[in-house]
Amino acid sequence: MTRDPAAADTNPAIVELLGVDAAYRERTVLRGIEIALAPGERVAVIGPNGAGKSSLLRVLAGTLRPTAGRVRLVGDPIERLDRMAIARRLAVVPEVAALPFAARVEEVVGLGRLPHEDPFRGHRPADKAAIAAAIDRVGVGALLGRDARELSLGERQLVLLALAVAQSAPVLVLDEPTVHLDLRHQVETMELLVDLNERDGTTILAVLHDLGLAGHFFPRLILLDAGEVVADGHPDDVLADDRIRDVFGVDPAFVRRSSGSAVMTGVAGDGRAR
Amino acid sequence: MATRSEVLGAPLVRSGWLEWARSRPGVLFAGSIVALVVVLILGVGLGSVAVAPAETVAILAQRVFGLDLGGSWSTAAETIVVDLRLPRVLSAMIVGLGLAVAGTTFQGILRNPLADPYVLGTASGAALGAAIGVLVPIRIVLLEFGLVQLLAFVGAVLAVAVVYRFSRTGTLAPLTSLLLTGYAVGSLLAAGLAMTMYLSGTNLRQIFFYLLGGFEGSSWLQLGLTTPIILAGTAAILLRTRVLNGFLLGEETAAHLGVDVRRERAILLSLASLITAAAVSIAGLIGFVGLVVPHVVRLVVGPNARVVLPLSALIGASLLAGADLVARLVGGIPVGIVTAVIGAPFFLVLLRQTRSGYEL
Repeated sequence: MTRDPAAADTNPAIVELLGVDAAYRERTVLRGIEIALAPGERVAVIGPNGAGKSSLLRVLAGTLRPTAGRVRLVGDPIERLDRMAIARRLAVVPEVAALPFAARVEEVVGLGRLPHEDPFRGHRPADKAAIAAAIDRVGVGALLGRDARELSLGERQLVLLALAVAQSAPVLVLDEPTVHLDLRHQVETMELLVDLNERDGTTILAVLHDLGLAGHFFPRLILLDAGEVVADGHPDDVLADDRIRDVFGVDPAFVRRSSGSAVMTGVAGDGRAR
Repeated sequence: MATRSEVLGAPLVRSGWLEWARSRPGVLFAGSIVALVVVLILGVGLGSVAVAPAETVAILAQRVFGLDLGGSWSTAAETIVVDLRLPRVLSAMIVGLGLAVAGTTFQGILRNPLADPYVLGTASGAALGAAIGVLVPIRIVLLEFGLVQLLAFVGAVLAVAVVYRFSRTGTLAPLTSLLLTGYAVGSLLAAGLAMTMYLSGTNLRQIFFYLLGGFEGSSWLQLGLTTPIILAGTAAILLRTRVLNGFLLGEETAAHLGVDVRRERAILLSLASLITAAAVSIAGLIGFVGLVVPHVVRLVVGPNARVVLPLSALIGASLLAGADLVARLVGGIPVGIVTAVIGAPFFLVLLRQTRSGYEL
């Protein structure tokens, strides 16, 4: 599937960044970002460490305020939406964090219903159904009843993915959803994202380090470098040899792509400092 | 509790009453309300002069609810029940309730299992305020709410305000900054307290008694002034249980789940501090209730604040009123000793039973 520019024109963008700059104190992390996602698109953001990928997600989630430019989420300027409204439109898969108290897997997944649940009465049948569906879909049913703190990092990552799925937002944003996962779960997670995207029409934006997975499972890649979009389009174009050499500073031979299976790459292993 | 061998796909049924209780929060609520009523009747009936349970109930029914259950009692019994013991038992209950609610809130917001209601300097602020109140030669009695209580309240509120204000400067993460600032301000106030005590001469004993905490001086008026603060604060926190749940996975995730983190953190910390200030102003510094009760409740019912908060409130109330009763029956020892003697071993057992321990 290739991106059809005409479709993007008739379909108003569900996520839109126009000339966005962002900075932490004096340090500029994003410069002149122009990105528009049509509803139902599936996009991977790639780029070397420090390229601004996570900052981009934070701008989208409204937790990092841009210093310039405009951000629109499902038609509305993000600054006009309160946190609950943002949370109903955009779900972010949480980072694996230490839990201060014992919490069962189903209780952690249930937190995803927070923007929908009744503030006083808690989970209603619709919430419970969404939680059960998310647990089933991500395949963490076998973990039910366990203290989330006892799970392996990979298992926790899947539980947190289920939390974001339970949030049932039209836009799903993921930051490195596969870092702690073994090969099989990496592929299964990618397949789940494809399924959420194609069957439910969820718009997906995922930051990925693994160029093999990104190129194989995502029809559109956005390459960030030093806070700027340097390429945006079909994987074959974005992952051109000279670009990989320039941006990542590695021999393109490390980034082999194959059609039949996801191929691990030289850059995938180094990960981010966590 | 589950064992390690209980692996993937194992049935959800777990051994013992913990699992049974967990799936029935209604039973737990009913049980803790019954416990509260029992503690109320025992607390009012028992003491140096025992009043028979039937008599206690009849007096309470008539004076509190206006019901005539028949029977007769001496005016002495009525005075003991209504003027001495009832305000004392109710004070212990309202303070226990407040400390448990504040403790649950501080632990949830600060995401720190070792947080208690005193973590942001309320204790040292109240102590210094009370000590100054003891030393000031003028005796202003405002509706029987003495200068000591008033200054303790003001001291606690001021201490938190200073901690909160200072924690917002600098580059540390907000939570780390709050805890460290709380520690620093607390240390400074403790030095002030030590100096005040050093200078206090014959008043030292009075300051010391305040620090130990207790309900000897309880009165209807003190109760009437602090109860609205504690109950209103508790009600306001109960309306925000959804927010409190959002903080479970950290502030970033809370924001992604729809919580206005900065605003809600400020509101919840203010409410919990206000409750704590009101509690310490009439009871002095009573430890362990605010720390242990929320943990025990969470161990049984899980982390959902919608259940943990009201249940902690009820159990905190029973526990402190019960501890005060024990303290009276043992011969008037400070109630803080009883809560520590019950609380510390209980907490140790609990820590051993929780397999994965507490992560900091």
